[in-house]
Amino acid sequence: MPKLTIDGMEVEVENGTSVLQAAEQLGIEIPRFCYHDKLSVPANCRMCLVEVEGAPKPMASCAMSCAPDMVVHTGSEKVHKARKAVMEFLLINHPLDCPICDQGGECDLQDQSVAYGYDSSRYDEPKRAVKDKDLGPLVKTVMTRCIHCTRCVRFSDEIAGVPVMGLLQRGEDTEISNCLGETVNSEMSGNLVDICPVGALTAKPYEFNARPWELSQTDAIDVMDAVGSNISLCTRSGAIIRIQPRMNEDINEVWIADKTRYIYDGLKKNRLDKSYVRNAKGKLEAVNWEDAFEAISNKFKTSEKIGAIAGDMADVESMFALKGLMNEFESNNLDYRQRGENYDISNPAGYRFNTTIAGLEESDLILLIGTNPRIEAAMVNSRIRKTVFNNGTKVALIGEKADLNYDYDYLGNELSLLEELASGKGSIAKQLKAAEKPVIILGASALNRKDGSAIHNLVYKIAEKFKIVTKDWNGFNMLHQNASTMGALEIGFTPSKKGLDTAGMLKANMDILYLLGADDLDFSKLDKDTFVIYQGSHGGEGAKHADVILPASAYTEKHAIYMNLEARPQTSRQAVFPVGEAKADWKIIRALSEYLDKKLPYDDLLELRDSLRKTSEVFDNIGEVIPVEWSEFGKTGKINKTGLSVDIDNYYQTNIIARSSDTMSECVDAFINKDDKKVA
Amino acid sequence: MLEDKDRIYTNIYGFETADLSAAKKRGDWKDTAKLIKKGRDWIIDEMKKSGLRGRGGAGFPTGLKWSFMPKDDGKQHYLVINADESEPGTCKDRDILRHEPHKLIEGALIAAYAMAADACYIYIRGEFYNEAVALQAAIDEAYEEGLIGKNACKSGWDFDVYLHRGAGAYICGEETALLESLEGNRGMPRNKPPFPAMAGLYAAPTTVNNVESISVVPTILRRGGDWFANLGRENNAGTKLFCISGHVNNPCNVEEEMGIPIKELIDTHAGGVIGGWDNLLGIIPGGSSCPIVPACDCDDLLMDFDSLKAVNSGLGTAGLIVMNKSTDIIYAITRLSKFYWHESCGQCTPCREGTGWIYRIMERMVTGDANIDEIDQLLDICSQMEGNTICALADAAVWPIQGLVRHFRDEMETRILEYRQRVA
Repeated sequence: MPKLTIDGMEVEVENGTSVLQAAEQLGIEIPRFCYHDKLSVPANCRMCLVEVEGAPKPMASCAMSCAPDMVVHTGSEKVHKARKAVMEFLLINHPLDCPICDQGGECDLQDQSVAYGYDSSRYDEPKRAVKDKDLGPLVKTVMTRCIHCTRCVRFSDEIAGVPVMGLLQRGEDTEISNCLGETVNSEMSGNLVDICPVGALTAKPYEFNARPWELSQTDAIDVMDAVGSNISLCTRSGAIIRIQPRMNEDINEVWIADKTRYIYDGLKKNRLDKSYVRNAKGKLEAVNWEDAFEAISNKFKTSEKIGAIAGDMADVESMFALKGLMNEFESNNLDYRQRGENYDISNPAGYRFNTTIAGLEESDLILLIGTNPRIEAAMVNSRIRKTVFNNGTKVALIGEKADLNYDYDYLGNELSLLEELASGKGSIAKQLKAAEKPVIILGASALNRKDGSAIHNLVYKIAEKFKIVTKDWNGFNMLHQNASTMGALEIGFTPSKKGLDTAGMLKANMDILYLLGADDLDFSKLDKDTFVIYQGSHGGEGAKHADVILPASAYTEKHAIYMNLEARPQTSRQAVFPVGEAKADWKIIRALSEYLDKKLPYDDLLELRDSLRKTSEVFDNIGEVIPVEWSEFGKTGKINKTGLSVDIDNYYQTNIIARSSDTMSECVDAFINKDDKKVA
Repeated sequence: MLEDKDRIYTNIYGFETADLSAAKKRGDWKDTAKLIKKGRDWIIDEMKKSGLRGRGGAGFPTGLKWSFMPKDDGKQHYLVINADESEPGTCKDRDILRHEPHKLIEGALIAAYAMAADACYIYIRGEFYNEAVALQAAIDEAYEEGLIGKNACKSGWDFDVYLHRGAGAYICGEETALLESLEGNRGMPRNKPPFPAMAGLYAAPTTVNNVESISVVPTILRRGGDWFANLGRENNAGTKLFCISGHVNNPCNVEEEMGIPIKELIDTHAGGVIGGWDNLLGIIPGGSSCPIVPACDCDDLLMDFDSLKAVNSGLGTAGLIVMNKSTDIIYAITRLSKFYWHESCGQCTPCREGTGWIYRIMERMVTGDANIDEIDQLLDICSQMEGNTICALADAAVWPIQGLVRHFRDEMETRILEYRQRVA
């Protein structure tokens, strides 16, 4: 623990802390361009120079470890001169195009030039111009603005794991380029925009849209997958202009995935902004709320078999309200598994991500079973990649071969492998036994099969065999795809007390089926006479089959709680108003309950959350994970031979909002169908 | 003047062949095993005693450098030999590689043993094609004879030598950029600390030495560190290969004692300055990066580290560039400036942007198309670059210009005024 003096203040820091970090602890900000907390340190921008007593030259504080009794000056005249020099050098070849630059207002170079820039340029020679690069539909380049900090190169090498960025040429002609003109085919590419300190890499969909000072920011939670990335919704005049990551070291660190970031144009398209009722001719007709409720109420009077299915993005409150309503009608036909994943839902130990996302960094061996974390949960994958990159953690995969951005042992997709492992044999058995903190990640979507519960049990046996769970380590994880899953499980939006599950409801020809944003059902199995109520934000398959459509708010338009795959409840705030006549989901259900004479016992969101807390104390601890007891899950049974498969066809269009987004379709063209294009 | 008996490089002109049998006749590979068996501490002590300072330019004491390598840590160590000789005005290593390769290989074995390195990489400049062929032939010969490889020279030490050709970047002569390049990365200098002795090639303890520093090792050990230390002056011991080029009647490489007067060196070995000593304008004494020494300072100047430092220059690689009064000195320095602009790796801001800026100003200085106060601005830009970067390339780029302004400011001002008159 070296003790040093910075600007006359003493500070004691951990071993290995850099001078820049130590200064930050004291609240002294040292300007920097190339240094980034999450990336390696090249010390090439030379902006963070400080004076260290005894050293002949100014030192780069980002790369200099603190040593005992060091005396550092960060604001001396010598330091100021060195920084002014660096700033002058950076600006001689940087275009003066701030007025047309999207980075304007949030540009590190612009900010620092206020402190260290000269008022006029001494440079009279010709300026450099650099050809722009094509990085795909998400990242726009203006390479002349590049200051060669190499953050993007390090990001793509170290974090994204797609080493396509690099430096070409040398000296003054150095330019950042994409290898052989390849686009950055990574689900993390949007982060390039965040890490670029200048306007060289900006967001294409955000091009010329707004200035940062016009935007208001709202803290929200992402619902594109089950990870619950923390995001900040930037709005202007009632519209989402962009989405940015919000730091949460437990979940997404400082990154977010591309789907999370660029989905927002899907929030404006394809929206349900009015209530609709199917008329006698079989056509959907726009009506007011009253008429829609009337139609529902009439149907409820004559119906007996009632069921509800929650979609992939449903929030906890709306499912809680809907469950309350269903229970009023003595129906336990509730399910959140649209495709019918078959795993044990009675034991939380079996369906949670027990290790937690941050916990993955401690593991020394990760066994993936039936999952492709890169497309199912990009931020979990990024954490795996991080631990592989930093700690040399080994990864093995049983299931479909996946294009992961780290090396892994592919063991095969035969289920006999799992049976072998359960009896302590198999190629990975030795490593699993030797590993100190082994992790198993089981994909929930791969259990979408009759013997799912048996496989679930088999993996439990593997976990027991290899002591994956010990007193202070829980290495068993299930990886879910949907933001609604853990919330539904927590509040019991599940078929209990002989209630029917999704498949059961479709088979049983329900009188009324209440779809809470459920769009991914197998609608071909739906009985024609079933009266379908679709409550959701976007018009898709669900709305197409509905008899009554109730327009609801999207995730950016409501205050809501979401529970991520670790069972971490998080609150998301409303950033904009719902479109048209749409209302927050729980309000619709509450209003409907009154219309049906089964008034739910809460009048506002706070009251609803009070009753929610009474059902489950988890909701008292927002943002925290409460570990669960480890015990057996799944049912022993026969396992058929078909291999495991991941239930996602393309990363960019996994939900109704994504399918409505033009940006996402462009990504599909650029990254998924790119080979088709070449043939054409 | 150096006597023939004290000469280390007896075949530097290639009058004899470079092959193993000829090298053996010259005394190479004689009792190498015995030297090795005297032990690591003896070798390093003897090197310290000899006072040998690194011949690559910086002049760091070689024995001291070797002693920085961790001892008995049981880990992989590497010796890396820097044969990326690219400094304009310098061509000494080239002749060693061509005509005395066995001195280098033998030195490598001894040095590697002293530092417990069982592998040596020789990073040779890409343009040195013939030299690489010659050196590889010598390595192959040495392997065949069992001088290197398993149980090298029957000393019980296993030692491998790998020759790696560079791709023609000057910056790869900087030791950490060289290591990056050797590892297959872009040749860009690393931040120090950690120094290579702690974490060098593949993060293993590594020592990087110049070709000349290594190839003098066997002779020093055979004849004793004291013998070497007695040559030259204190703190500037031994013999040195001087490369004399430019306006001399007989440009040459010559081995001489350190501290020889520059006038004697040029007159005796290079046939004097073209047009006579009085026709001398100035000398760049140590390869392109050392500031020029004007003729007035040259009369009694000694060629060694300390005396040259005293006249604001340096011994560097001892590549003398002699310029007589026919030289357009501003143009000559501009050409060097262009070289550094072209060779900057582009990593650090001051060097990447600064080398181009000062080169462009210098280009205008050549014609005189500039303002007088731009000379001060030039100096200011130079001071902004100097010392603010990871490696010393930026320093090397500004020193010649600082030397120029220091000694030839009048000429620059005259040029500008003449240009003004001409265009007016």
